Amino acid sequence: MSKFNNKKKGELPAVNTASLPDIVFMLLFFFMVATVMRDNELKIKNELPAANQVEKLDKKDLVMYIYLGKPNDGFKDQFGEEARIQLNDKFAEVGDVPAFIYSERESKREELRPFLTTALKVDKDASMGIVGDVKQELRKVNALKINYTTRIGDVSLNSN
Amino acid sequence: MAKRSSPEVNAGSMADIAFLLLIFFLVTTTIETDSGISRKLPPIEESEEDVIIKQKNIFTVILNGKNQLLVEDEVMELEELREAAIKFLDNGGGSGEDKCNYCKGAANPKSSDNPDKAIISLKNERETTYATYISVQNELVAAYTFLRNRRGEELFGTSYTEMQKNYKDVNWPGSKAKLKENITQIKLEYPQKLSEVQ
Repeated sequence: MSKFNNKKKGELPAVNTASLPDIVFMLLFFFMVATVMRDNELKIKNELPAANQVEKLDKKDLVMYIYLGKPNDGFKDQFGEEARIQLNDKFAEVGDVPAFIYSERESKREELRPFLTTALKVDKDASMGIVGDVKQELRKVNALKINYTTRIGDVSLNSN
Repeated sequence: MAKRSSPEVNAGSMADIAFLLLIFFLVTTTIETDSGISRKLPPIEESEEDVIIKQKNIFTVILNGKNQLLVEDEVMELEELREAAIKFLDNGGGSGEDKCNYCKGAANPKSSDNPDKAIISLKNERETTYATYISVQNELVAAYTFLRNRRGEELFGTSYTEMQKNYKDVNWPGSKAKLKENITQIKLEYPQKLSEVQ
């Protein structure tokens, strides 16, 4: 009868991993679909504050992004520790904001221009001084629709 | 001769390849945040004349450089701000033409006349941190949203937030024109009058 009990007794059968690729592919597709390739690389720290009274920005192509925050480690020697403005890929001064807005407007079709919104992505540790300056510049060029981009969450997350 | 079967392709490394791709996308993904508090900046006007607003209709919120909050000349914690703002906006202390017949507040004659007249004035210093500023903005918007929701429930049986969600929902079965009208009515009854001092 040795023919029938050549299996060692008590050993667990191996888990079937044949469906593992399927699971991984499923995850892969999820991330592929959800990924938005960042169009501008951030050179500043940009940790957004939390708020819960938020509205969604629906027309993504009609949004101009202005980033504010402290320069990252690699840029500290050159640009210092204070919060700076980043427009597209470059560090900018407050005075560069109007030109940026004009060029963004220029790149959009004329009938869409009134709907352009400026999204201010400001690091939570930045001071209001520079934000106020940027807002003043935006008023000067009549870009009045702004959106303070935030994470969704309770405001108690903001105090650390 | 034994039956010949075609050799099977070894799919064992398929998982590895998929994992590699997965990790690549995991690393490059930044789930883009695209929501925030929308505001409208005031246009620059060269108008000389000053509009006279009664002191009792202004709710002053001051944020100093140390992120402390001063509301109507009293030090306040952030948690209390929403309550205080609701109380001020919903006071309805006016009489005659300024009477507010939908307000549920204390009708204190020393506080705001009606929500249309009530203005919240927010002042911050250059040293204030952005996180605090956003927290305060959030609380003030929350006060307005609370009142609008309550009014929406009263008039139409749905909260203001729900109405706005339905308005954006393409699959919503009801009449959008009617909904828009309702939203506008609530917005008129509780207008967001938030002014920022430069």
